[in-house]
Amino acid sequence: MNRPNIRFRQVGRPLTRTDAPGKVTGRTPYAGDYVMPGMLHMGVVRADIASARLVRLDVSKARALAGVACVLTAADLPERTASTDIPGQVGQKRLDTGQQILVRERVRYFGEPLALIAAETRDIADHAMELVEIELEPIPGVYDPLEAMKPGAPVVTAPDNIVAERRIRKGDVEAGFAAADLVVENTFRTPFQEHAFLEPEVGLAWVDENDVVNIRVSTQVIEHFRPIADAIGVPHNKVRIRGALVGGGFGGKEDLTVEVYLALLTKRTGRPVRLEYTREDSFVGHGKRHPFILTYRTGVTKEGKITALDVTMVADSGAYVFLSPYVLLYALVAAPGPYRVDNLNVFARAVATNNMFTSAFRGFGALQACAAYEQQMDEVAQAVGLDRLELRRRNFLKTGEPMSTGFVPPSAIWTDQCAERAWAALGEPAPAEGPRCVGRGIACYQQSYGRLTFLHDTSEAWVGVEMDGTVVVRSGVTDIGAGQVSALGQIAVEVLGVTLDNVVVYNSDSAVTPLAGTTTATRALYMTGNAVKQAAEGVRARLVDRAARAFGVEPDAVDLGDNLAFVVDDPEKSMPLVELVRTCGAEGIHRSELAMFRAPFTDFLDPETGQGQAHPDYAYGAHAVEVAVDVDTGEVEVLKSVAAHDVGQCINPAAVEGQIQGGAQNGQGYALSEEMLYEEGRLITPSFSEYLMPTAMDMPKVECIILESRSGVGPYGAKGIGEPAMTPVAPAIANAVADAIGVRVFEMPITPERVVRALKRRDEAARSGPVA
Amino acid sequence: MSTERTIMLRVNGRDEPGRFPAHRTLLEALRQIGHTEVKSGCEKGDCGACAVLVDGMAVDSCLTLAWTAEGAEITTVSGLGDLDALHPVQQAFSDGGAAQCGYCTPGIIIAAKAIIDRHPDPTEEDIRIGLSGNLCRCTGYTKVFEAVSEAAAIMRAGSDGR
Ligand code: FES
Ligand code: FES
Repeated sequence: MNRPNIRFRQVGRPLTRTDAPGKVTGRTPYAGDYVMPGMLHMGVVRADIASARLVRLDVSKARALAGVACVLTAADLPERTASTDIPGQVGQKRLDTGQQILVRERVRYFGEPLALIAAETRDIADHAMELVEIELEPIPGVYDPLEAMKPGAPVVTAPDNIVAERRIRKGDVEAGFAAADLVVENTFRTPFQEHAFLEPEVGLAWVDENDVVNIRVSTQVIEHFRPIADAIGVPHNKVRIRGALVGGGFGGKEDLTVEVYLALLTKRTGRPVRLEYTREDSFVGHGKRHPFILTYRTGVTKEGKITALDVTMVADSGAYVFLSPYVLLYALVAAPGPYRVDNLNVFARAVATNNMFTSAFRGFGALQACAAYEQQMDEVAQAVGLDRLELRRRNFLKTGEPMSTGFVPPSAIWTDQCAERAWAALGEPAPAEGPRCVGRGIACYQQSYGRLTFLHDTSEAWVGVEMDGTVVVRSGVTDIGAGQVSALGQIAVEVLGVTLDNVVVYNSDSAVTPLAGTTTATRALYMTGNAVKQAAEGVRARLVDRAARAFGVEPDAVDLGDNLAFVVDDPEKSMPLVELVRTCGAEGIHRSELAMFRAPFTDFLDPETGQGQAHPDYAYGAHAVEVAVDVDTGEVEVLKSVAAHDVGQCINPAAVEGQIQGGAQNGQGYALSEEMLYEEGRLITPSFSEYLMPTAMDMPKVECIILESRSGVGPYGAKGIGEPAMTPVAPAIANAVADAIGVRVFEMPITPERVVRALKRRDEAARSGPVA
Repeated sequence: MSTERTIMLRVNGRDEPGRFPAHRTLLEALRQIGHTEVKSGCEKGDCGACAVLVDGMAVDSCLTLAWTAEGAEITTVSGLGDLDALHPVQQAFSDGGAAQCGYCTPGIIIAAKAIIDRHPDPTEEDIRIGLSGNLCRCTGYTKVFEAVSEAAAIMRAGSDGR
């Protein structure tokens, strides 16, 4: 092991990301920018009823259209399914939860694919799609998870629609409630959410000279080559995923999207095939955020100490399983939030319906839990008559204390400092004017980074030094816009003592870059950052060793920096890195290293008590906002938005701020305006003019307060920030709205209609006098 | 199929021919002749990813028909500057971390250029209104606002007229 870098040269500086110049000049190719000679264009024909039996599917007219190369239906395919279970470099067996590739008989959700068409041009493909004759016989469906649990409900997933069920049983909840002075119970609802990445799903596939199906695709997960191969019936080494910089992911490109369709058609036609989803395809074609119904019953003493917590959660998992069992597990573990609760019961279920299937989305269940526990904390504070921050302070989980699963997070817990700093930064309140009431809210959180430890997650990276002293990094990691690749470059050059312009990172090719696992679960920096650091340290050790011999000193007297190797106490003794590398080259000293980083491997949580380790570690922080609510129109404006997070160690502060500010936008939309309206499972808001995310007119400038405890399990003590950035935003806004108008809206998004209805409720309650 | 016509599009100062039917949008036409720097996010005028300057005005190319752009000066993000010579707006976005996934960036930089052309010293309101047709899912806009102000300041100081 080399001595740690105390004085960073590259890490921790707000460097221009290596990917930035290409992006601002339009030079960066995205998956949709690749074309090939003789390429065909694809379309996907979808069901327009959510629950139905396929009576007739006649594609003969489409097949006969001039310029149509191929039309595929389930009748043309063997009975195979596409895996929907957790992808990546995991050491565990997957659940058997496949989805039919094309509808064979039963349609389970609105938009489920019926047929695939490939044609010479997109116009012809579009025309052919209209020529497909479809007869669907509606079958009674179920669109509400509570209904779906009732006896006699239509069965979407046999036998009883329960897709997953998890529990925590900790301490003695009965005794805890008996010791309470007050019990507060509330039910909160959270909505579907669309990822709304700006780049719709897209890919280009071809069969190469080795009979390997190559797919250039916008994805968070290149390890999907395995389920793709299984779905089309070829060996795993006959599918190669070549990623590209991803135009936004947020979990929405974690599952398979266009890959299997492309693979099938390129195999069938022998020609390159391109498929680009329209925005409407994208809205109906990938899983959404799970809506949750969460009931919190909290026992608390007059002094504000929580003595017991009982939580029930129901998640709508939609028509197919996908990542629901895992999302549910995150919600379960996160149920009490960043608070010490020794007497805890949690009962969580994910339930199948004929709604759009739900899967990964930034925050992954833990965010929905936060939406509930932080609103509940405000309600509890009000019930016991304590300041909101003070109640939280009296219950915060502290460093070294056991969390919900009994596990003690290994890093520092700085929720307290984060909350104080964020709240203070709101400054002087804005004045209320006319119908505009002003309110403030805060929310704290606990969010894991790194995947579930029972998955046995690993990540690999290769680092090498070229003969001229430049550095090459190879790692399969995908870059979904947060600067994942640039951060890896920064870590490699930090260790090797060169500057950022001297590194090139090759990534996201399943055949030639060492597999790094998914860019999901806030794991890219933690896992692959550690792998790159290990690999770079391997190279460094050999370089330093050789330099030490040249200088006639011990290796730990030598450092690398500014493209030089030098003796720390006698910097006159130095040599250019180029010279050192050439010497190593001439003497056959290995100038590269392949490393694997392994997360902690654990067993599954105890199924009865939910006790054990679930994740490698957790991040903590807080978000505070000030809002104005127009009591005439019900409109909410976010005036100030401040985030304070302990990120462990910043690798690139500008990139960290970017994550936080983007998370603030995602969370603000979730809280206030982003609404997916379904009628009998049919999405009636499939465009950006109906599904409203915050624009430049709606977003305040987001202030970031970054704390560094240097205690995380990532490289240099880093934690993760990708998901944590979003998690506390929505409940902070909900709390601010309640603070402004004196009544809570228990269901998100907090639309003007819901605000107006809540105000009516408040005014009616005031007229009828105080109620017991 | 509708009739096709060969037209000349003037893109980033160069005449480029292409053969398109009447219904072909400028977005599709530009991408077809190799200008993949112009991005497609919705094809409905809702997102601004496809924005280009047409005779100095920022327009959504997905709502413009290719035939109607014949004879106009079209500028895409690549026409402003390149890797070895970034335009001040590109420089400010790159240095300021205003591009994350970067998919909205070509359209947002075009909108930013149009804002600064109209308001050399833009107020925050000018910037917000000028960007209101451009969606971004990654940045929360904070660094975008800052980059536009910064670019305007650099251009005022340099006023090399680009
Ligand atoms: S693609 Fe033109 S506005 Fe979205
Ligand atoms: S940077 Fe990703 S959408 Fe704007």
